[in-house]
Amino acid sequence: MNTSLSARGVRVVRNGALLLDGVDIDVQAGELVAVLGPNGAGKSTLLGALAGDFALAGGVVSINGKPLVEYSPRDLARARAVLPQQITISFPFSVHEIVAMGRGPWQDDNDEAVIEAAMQRMDVASLSSRTYQTLSVGEQARVSMARVLAQDTPLLLLDEPTAVLDIGQQERFLAIARALVDEGRAVVAVLHDLNVAMRYATRVLVLHEGRCVANGLPESVLTPALLSNVYHQKIQVTTTADGRSVILPERH
Amino acid sequence: MNTARRPSISAVGLFLAVLFAMTALLSLATGAFRIPLGDLFRIIGDGPNRDTVDAIAHDVFWQVRLPRVVLAVVVGASLAVAGVIMQGIFRNPLAEPATVGVSAGAAVGAVIAIIVGLNQLPLGVQVAAFLGGTLSTALVYVLSRTDGKTEVVTLILTGIAINAFAGAVIGFAVFVADDDEIRSVTFWSLGTLGLATWKSVGVVIPLAVLGMLACARFSRVLDMLSLGDRSAAHLGIRVERVRMQSIAVVGLLASSAVAATGMIAFVGLLVPHIMRLVLGPRHRHLLWTSGVLGASVTLLADLAARTVLSPAELPLGVVTALIGAPFFLLLLRSTRRSQGGWA
Repeated sequence: MNTSLSARGVRVVRNGALLLDGVDIDVQAGELVAVLGPNGAGKSTLLGALAGDFALAGGVVSINGKPLVEYSPRDLARARAVLPQQITISFPFSVHEIVAMGRGPWQDDNDEAVIEAAMQRMDVASLSSRTYQTLSVGEQARVSMARVLAQDTPLLLLDEPTAVLDIGQQERFLAIARALVDEGRAVVAVLHDLNVAMRYATRVLVLHEGRCVANGLPESVLTPALLSNVYHQKIQVTTTADGRSVILPERH
Repeated sequence: MNTARRPSISAVGLFLAVLFAMTALLSLATGAFRIPLGDLFRIIGDGPNRDTVDAIAHDVFWQVRLPRVVLAVVVGASLAVAGVIMQGIFRNPLAEPATVGVSAGAAVGAVIAIIVGLNQLPLGVQVAAFLGGTLSTALVYVLSRTDGKTEVVTLILTGIAINAFAGAVIGFAVFVADDDEIRSVTFWSLGTLGLATWKSVGVVIPLAVLGMLACARFSRVLDMLSLGDRSAAHLGIRVERVRMQSIAVVGLLASSAVAATGMIAFVGLLVPHIMRLVLGPRHRHLLWTSGVLGASVTLLADLAARTVLSPAELPLGVVTALIGAPFFLLLLRSTRRSQGGWA
């Protein structure tokens, strides 16, 4: 499972607006890369480009050296899974049925075992026969993630996976993401919470106005100068008693 | 309904089979000329070419009753299955051939054929209806596509426009038609099984079978489409291709049904809705069970159309709409909450 994702010179133009330009990114198995940046910086667009959702105006994205456009839809679905920001499901499917849809590109003897494992991991096994629409948003997010896990891909692209989670659920979610990475998978996650990125990401990529302005280890990239510039807000980075970095807006 | 508690598929299948057998027998026996059940089985045992019962009963059964029942079964099943597929690809339980304008397109084809005198030709109206339905399917599809994608809202709105246009054409046809043609136009645009012959049945069956065989392979894909186009694509579905294929299948099923019987509303809307309530939304069993229930419901509605004002006959579309519309409103109220929003 030695996956690598590589994007070179990604350029996305939509309705005449330049959304991304010249973005390079490399992700290896064992990495959890956080994509950061203010709203409108192009984070979700980048995730869509990495997923192969649309044709690029320039550049190329490849998985294991093969450009996405050369993959068949099924092979691509076996290589990468995508957790979108929000999902509306149009019919009252049960939790188990939704997680089972993650097996779409496989449909083999492992299906049931993988579905069970995914539901256990996201702690939704007890919701198995509930209908999705009756769940809380936090539960829905975990079910969607279980579906993504059921797809059993070496590469996972997560778009703001923690947006609707409380602080406890958020910590548990990122612990799972780290465990996936430790298993040898690669994860790219769009995150809003800088402290979460600092704590869990193996690498961060900061987007600003459609361009990549920083790419490296969280501690070395997330500096007061860079963050203050990107977010138009004075931001300070302090160190707690136990030696962890904490990012805070400067308040008067 | 927090938990999806659903009956087993074998229990549902058995119930539907019994319901279907009973309605079919009842439909075969009942009508202006009653055939007692005992005679009915003997006539069936005799086959079409031997007669040991009664010459009139024999002819009524083989030349009038049976083709009518077969047509009801095929058309009812086609409309219901077309409804399931359409609701699946448009991710909306309110979609059906009528909503998107396929039925209206077929109706326009038939009405034009009547006005210009094509009804003098054998099957002229049916062929025109089929062409109209298929053409409007293609039209809806082309008009509602932008940037290689079909947006659901655009599609439904296009359907509304086509329905309005079709209504105007039919209204105009009624305006210019003579009395005889008006009778034919209205009767036909309201839907009826009264024109069933072995010839019309013979035209519909191959098209219906073709459409239903084709739809069997969509069941799992339709499930995944309910996650939305983007997530379905992430699971390896060629969303646009699937949508195009299934629209073609819907066009085939719906326009061949409308071509044979005229517009029969609500079967394609109501039947999938009921089956989804009973079995849940997975398409694997939803498709065929809706087909069986659609056949039974159409048989029952036709039975009512033939007997309520006997010997006069009500248009079938009037019966299905009279029963279907209030029933559907009730269903809407009681299920909307349990199914979540229908955005």
